Amino acid sequence: MPAIQSPATEEVHPDVALVARAKEGDTAAFEQLVRQYERQIFRVAQHITQNREDAEDITQDAFLKAYEKLDQFQGNSKFSTWLVRIAVNESLMRLRKRKTSKTVSMDEDVQTDEGSIPRDFAEWRPNPEQQYNQAELADILRKTIQGLPPGFRTVFTLRDVENLSTEETAEALGLSVPAVKSRLLRARLQLRERLSRYFRQKQEGQPA
Amino acid sequence: MNCTDLLSHLSDYFDDQLTTELREEISEHTAGCQHCRVVLNTTHQTIEVYKGNELYEVSPGLRERLHSAIMAKCLAKK
Repeated sequence: MPAIQSPATEEVHPDVALVARAKEGDTAAFEQLVRQYERQIFRVAQHITQNREDAEDITQDAFLKAYEKLDQFQGNSKFSTWLVRIAVNESLMRLRKRKTSKTVSMDEDVQTDEGSIPRDFAEWRPNPEQQYNQAELADILRKTIQGLPPGFRTVFTLRDVENLSTEETAEALGLSVPAVKSRLLRARLQLRERLSRYFRQKQEGQPA
Repeated sequence: MNCTDLLSHLSDYFDDQLTTELREEISEHTAGCQHCRVVLNTTHQTIEVYKGNELYEVSPGLRERLHSAIMAKCLAKK
């Protein structure tokens, strides 16, 4: 028997067939892709821009771009990663427009180690979930991530909120894997430091 | 391993990208270093608390509106 691996044994992502059908003009297939990813794209856009209306516009524009450029999608990456890349670029463009005098890019504000060196060494007790109700907790988490530079916020969102792999995150952001890792570490440490203000164990005799 | 080394390996530690040897070195270090133990625990909690709480929920109404707008824009381009 020739030792040729049959293509059937390779795992094919279900999106591949949908994308192929969409490329041939099957709008129902494209609509299914939209349904699968519209929430994720909206969340990513909202995390980066921190603005609900912008996130709605970006989600629409990102899918429109994907639809128009579907022929250019080669299938070297996952369809979802390609889509996230379009949405990230749209989001960063939106941020740039908003602050006209300041450039916003994945490289902005990442030269400094400020806030990445741990200073707070108190345990979080009891757990954040035990200290705050769900609405309060969500509010703290939103406020805290808003304070991160966009470059860090974006890496953290894709890796730790949306669960993309390090490689997928690198691809979606046009960064190298080491650059993603370095930003992710600093983003995680800065968030930890900022959250410690809320979650640190209160010392006895100290008002909560 | 010292505290700075531990910090540089922290992300790989959570992403399960470390060799068994390095993981053991981290365990040895944190057993004797309370600061690093806290940083390790609270960074882990940071990641988990963000994973476990949806910050920007998409209500069914918003989703329907978004979906219709996306499809209307795309089909207009056909």
